Amino acid sequence: MSLDRRTTLKWMFAAAAAVPSLRTLGAMPDPLARDVAATQAGYGTDPALMKEWKPGGPWPLTLTESGRRATQALCDLIIPADEHSPAASAVGVVDFIDEWISAPYPNQRADRDTVLSGLSWIDEEASKRFGKGFSNLDEKQRSAIADDICSASKAAPEFAKAAKFFAKFRDLTAGGFYTTPIGMKDIGYTGNVVLDRFDGPPLEALKKAGLA
Amino acid sequence: MSFISSTEADKNTYDVVVVGSGAAGGQTAYTLAMDGVRVLMLEAGRRYDPAAETPMMQTNAEAPLRGVSTPEKPFGFWDATIDGGWEVPGEPYTSASGDPGRQFRRWRARMLGGRTNHWGRISLRNGPYDFKPHSRDGLGFDWPMNYQDLAPYYDKVEMLIGVYGGDDDLENTPKSSAGVLLPPPKPRVSDLLVKQRAAKVGVPVIPMHRAVMTTRLDHVRLPKLLHPGNAKAQSIIAADMQKRAACFWATPCGRGCSIRANYQSTTVHLPPALDTGNLDIVTDAMVRAVTKRADGKAEGVVYIDRTTGAEHRVKARIVVLAASALESVRILLNSSAANSSGNVGKYIMDTVGAGIGGQVPLLENMPLHNEDGADFGHLYTPWWLYKEQLAGKLGFARGYHFEFGGGRRMPEMGTAAGLEWLNGGTYGRKFKEDARRYYGSFVYFSGRGEMIPNEDSFAELDPTVKDKFGIPVLRFHWKWSPHELGQAAHMQKTAADIIQAMGGRTSNAPQPGAKAIKQGGVIIHEVGGAMMGTDPKKSVTNSYGQCWDMKNLFITDGATLCSNADKNPTLTIMALAWRASEHMLSLMKRKEL
Repeated sequence: MSLDRRTTLKWMFAAAAAVPSLRTLGAMPDPLARDVAATQAGYGTDPALMKEWKPGGPWPLTLTESGRRATQALCDLIIPADEHSPAASAVGVVDFIDEWISAPYPNQRADRDTVLSGLSWIDEEASKRFGKGFSNLDEKQRSAIADDICSASKAAPEFAKAAKFFAKFRDLTAGGFYTTPIGMKDIGYTGNVVLDRFDGPPLEALKKAGLA
Repeated sequence: MSFISSTEADKNTYDVVVVGSGAAGGQTAYTLAMDGVRVLMLEAGRRYDPAAETPMMQTNAEAPLRGVSTPEKPFGFWDATIDGGWEVPGEPYTSASGDPGRQFRRWRARMLGGRTNHWGRISLRNGPYDFKPHSRDGLGFDWPMNYQDLAPYYDKVEMLIGVYGGDDDLENTPKSSAGVLLPPPKPRVSDLLVKQRAAKVGVPVIPMHRAVMTTRLDHVRLPKLLHPGNAKAQSIIAADMQKRAACFWATPCGRGCSIRANYQSTTVHLPPALDTGNLDIVTDAMVRAVTKRADGKAEGVVYIDRTTGAEHRVKARIVVLAASALESVRILLNSSAANSSGNVGKYIMDTVGAGIGGQVPLLENMPLHNEDGADFGHLYTPWWLYKEQLAGKLGFARGYHFEFGGGRRMPEMGTAAGLEWLNGGTYGRKFKEDARRYYGSFVYFSGRGEMIPNEDSFAELDPTVKDKFGIPVLRFHWKWSPHELGQAAHMQKTAADIIQAMGGRTSNAPQPGAKAIKQGGVIIHEVGGAMMGTDPKKSVTNSYGQCWDMKNLFITDGATLCSNADKNPTLTIMALAWRASEHMLSLMKRKEL
């Protein structure tokens, strides 16, 4: 058993000790991710900057099908489709989160523990409340759980750790989404285009800030 | 002459060998080669070609991990630095203390052009006070020169590399000569709001000076000013200036610039220097030490070819160390040279760094417009409290400036992260609305201040640790004085006052100095360690970087600086290197060397 799974289970047993769960009922959930190789290298100190980079290129992705389903369910709850743009998963955010938690660097390894433990917790919580895994819930049911953990400052003590996970997962989802062309357009970034001259702000922007 | 191998270099003879290819090495080689001197440049890192290797316009989604910092690319995936960072595999450095507050972090870039490929391009001149700090307040050391000695070289460097800026002429913030600078870019909304509100708390805001070409260089007028009486040099630099494009207002400068619109040694100094036919460059050449002749003068250097592991020796009439202040110190210590004063490695300095950010409701939901501009730094705040400081009212002796920024920068991992302190923690449609609302409404102030050299901040050879080449490494001792700590606290407090005056709030409260200050070395403005002076017993070189103990050994990087004004040191290093190189030329012409 990998360290990640051990960490996950320790946390799950601690958090869910008081109530019946899938595990205590004898049903072992599918693993969310395969192990990251202990010797996995990064992209090095001199990666080729002009080549095309894709998730899965510099190091193998590790989420299993159930891990991807859980990731998609949560990232699309955080960034759903609206009249401006599609949901997070539609622009590759699941692949991105997989790349992130599969990376060999210290920060990402720490986040891997947070994310995999959190996804396990949220599935467990879904089973407790609604009798099925998180990705099988409807939007209202998903929101019922998210409402308890979306604010680290307001979460009840028993949800404190889950709220930390949610904050991390939200940051990853938002970072994955708003860096894509569709995300950049949605948020209002119009740069990264070649200009003949830089004109500075338009009058209406100056007016809005009380500068004209 | 061109890029050659170490074995080819073995067969040649040179007038000058220059160790290092960054701001100092680039300027030194340029000035010498343009005047007909045969130069060999040795660079420890690999050859690097910005025209072919710069990731212009790539978005963060095209990078692994959305381009975030990792131990292998500490300034982000697209950053120009290769084979470098806070740690270089196989090339350690050590700290004498286990206390993080007394440790020094050392950034290195093992690549042609060194740190100039990724630097911030902030190009501020030292002012008159900055050359005579001890005379002014009794602390630190005076330089063996004054502002007027260096002013012509500031002009020259600015004309050569292309620097934008305003014509403000403030106390100890001198203006450039007429016709030297390029026009500053137009301020952003956030810049103008900072300027308007900072004025209410008595803080001035003026155009920044940065080595970014807002227009093309005047290839007719400037060459004559740069190289009077040297028709060949004029013709070469005129041709090269026409190959540099002006900024096209996109893509971060830290990636380097394939159209050569900003300064990096590899795009500005080295191409024309190579065009003279007088410069050879050996890359992957890790210099171990300066070698000595029987008469005590420098003979040349011994270096290791990283690609073969073989040791090579090169001889020259003059040896120039321009390897970065600390690498030059290391070479001197490993050479047991130029240290009769005992001051090699002493008085190393970084810049004091502290900052604070905040969110400003007036900047929310701005009408869509492109704010890329010249990357960052259209405006800045020069130090403004000279009189209060001299009167002892501040509790710290030296000044700082603010670099600040805001606006809708290219989205990255942090762009919509950590909004909970503003929106209480949301998800779904509300989160998407919040992301749009807050994007571009943040401002950040980075204070950059002068550190006073002290007895407790120095580098020496580690008695046991060696790098993978078997060369002893540096061990650092570091201590901030109350002057730096007081300054760091003042930076955060003042920036918080400005943010408040903008109607905004800071994400964190201002901290005491010891908590606010960045670790030593982190601002990557390492200078000192081989100070210039007038007394050979107390200094390592004269004002030309010429070593007292070895007349044909020069240091043209930041090691010779006697103080580290709040002004970012690169421009000063280049001006000193130009001046030192002219001195070498005159000594060679007079056959003194």
